[in-house]
Amino acid sequence: MPRSTLGGEVEVRLHGRGGQGTVVASLVLARAAMIEGKSVQAFPEFGVERRGAPVTAFLRVGPEKIRVRSKVYRPDHVLVLDRQLIPLVELPADHGGWFVANTPSEPAGLSSLPASWRPATIDATRLARAHGLGSGALPVVNCPMAAAFARITGIVGLDALLQAIRETVPQKPDANAAAAQEAWGTVAAAPTWEQDALQRAFGGS
Amino acid sequence: MTTSEKLLTGNEAAAWGAARAGAEVVAAYPITPQTTIIETLASLVHRGISKAEYIAVESEHSAMAACIAAAHTGARAFTATSSQGLALMHELMHWAAAARLPVVLANVNRAMAPGWSIWTDQNDSLSQRDTGWIQIYCVDNQEVVDSVIQAFALAARTSLPVMVVLDAFVLSHTAEAVHIPEEEEVRPLIPEWNAPWKIDIDRPAALGSLVPPAEYEKMRKKLCDAHAQAALVIEDLAATWRKRFGRGAGLIESYRAEGAETILVTSATIASTARVVIDELRDKGVPAGLVRVRVFRPFPVAALRGALAGAKRVVVLDRNCSYGASGIFYQELRAALCGVPGAPVVHGYIAGMGGRDVTPLTVRAALGRAMEGEAPVPESTWLSE
Repeated sequence: MPRSTLGGEVEVRLHGRGGQGTVVASLVLARAAMIEGKSVQAFPEFGVERRGAPVTAFLRVGPEKIRVRSKVYRPDHVLVLDRQLIPLVELPADHGGWFVANTPSEPAGLSSLPASWRPATIDATRLARAHGLGSGALPVVNCPMAAAFARITGIVGLDALLQAIRETVPQKPDANAAAAQEAWGTVAAAPTWEQDALQRAFGGS
Repeated sequence: MTTSEKLLTGNEAAAWGAARAGAEVVAAYPITPQTTIIETLASLVHRGISKAEYIAVESEHSAMAACIAAAHTGARAFTATSSQGLALMHELMHWAAAARLPVVLANVNRAMAPGWSIWTDQNDSLSQRDTGWIQIYCVDNQEVVDSVIQAFALAARTSLPVMVVLDAFVLSHTAEAVHIPEEEEVRPLIPEWNAPWKIDIDRPAALGSLVPPAEYEKMRKKLCDAHAQAALVIEDLAATWRKRFGRGAGLIESYRAEGAETILVTSATIASTARVVIDELRDKGVPAGLVRVRVFRPFPVAALRGALAGAKRVVVLDRNCSYGASGIFYQELRAALCGVPGAPVVHGYIAGMGGRDVTPLTVRAALGRAMEGEAPVPESTWLSE
């Protein structure tokens, strides 16, 4: 069970490409958690960023001051902004959580994940284009992805998230907030562990 | 989140500190990973939040030259740099300190080339050890903003230049909650600098003449004495911060070190990660503790002797190396404990060079190896070997 449900510190890894807003996604989630009174730490993979190249960012959220300052090696949850990166993300098999990915596929289509990881999916690229975020060739998917991630993991609520988006994004705060709100409503998740158990125990629903 | 808390990177925190302290002259040249300090300051000047005169110069050497000139007239001068940039300032680093000028510099710790690296280690700032600058190593972004503000007060009170040091990326590009003190809360703590050698057009004087040996030696003794005075001012400022803001450390910071048999001594952000390891060990009943060296110059000999008294073993974890000698904090600590009756055995380990990630595992390895009886070696043990 992810540690978020136990009220402890949550470690998140974000994967995207330079230009998609991966680092800003980590800052949006951090700011939202801060608005909710939590302690946060958000940082990019320490390196040189190039447009189009894979980018990693890290996020820690917790009830107490966060002290660990190394990178995140065993994430509780993972957020993937680019579908081509999905098969490349390394996941600890013995430490599963939510794997929230930007893809038009249904969650069940992400069959390569270790069994302990639970997929959730959203077509944020389509959403970003529909809301005029970024360019057609390089849609900026960070805000809808942050919203989908927040909805699925429960890491922050919608009000704080929308406020954080307005305070963080450099351009088009309204369009970003609208795309986030739509993503919040439409992200699709594989059944939760509890739902699975109920299904197995009682059948039907 | 209180209303005055912002989500800031270490670099943004450094810039806000300089603005709140009332920096009047900022002269700087960009270098990764420092650049966002001066970018943020440029933006704060543009927005009128900082009233500083911002001078874009053609090199780090010129940046320090401009700060020296500005400080000489009593202006609060600030610059920021990193690694090769700091090395290029070296000649003038000596000048700023020996001329007893209150310049404040933020250095983002970045490994020296070659091989090219943009990641953190402490060899850039520690190479400036003997210039006469005060050096403060920060553990988190809150301490960055507080230390930069304190640096202006400390510099003005001691006529010494102050370097505030933060780890590349681990602080410089990491965002976390930071409380930024208001101008009116901190400005009264920073006195006007009015030393007799301040350049004043109403008081014509000649400066920088040839100094006979006996006078020169006297000047150097005074520089040394000023560091002893600075140690007291640092503790005084820390007390003010604790009273006013309920936070902050002085020369050193102890964590669960009381009654500890084994004490880890380290600096900067490693000391943050290390707390998790100390908690784990304490939970298992292992009497281990941590002492963080926040101020490297003046080296807090008396404070360290006090904090380490009674420990059986001290484990120094260095993110630096004096090649041909050992880890530098290890070297300094052994010198500080030399001749102290019943002094603990001191182990030295090196890790995290060139930004190699220092995880709880790294810290656990250093403590574990020393506690299992690995013999200390004079040149430090490289943990990865």
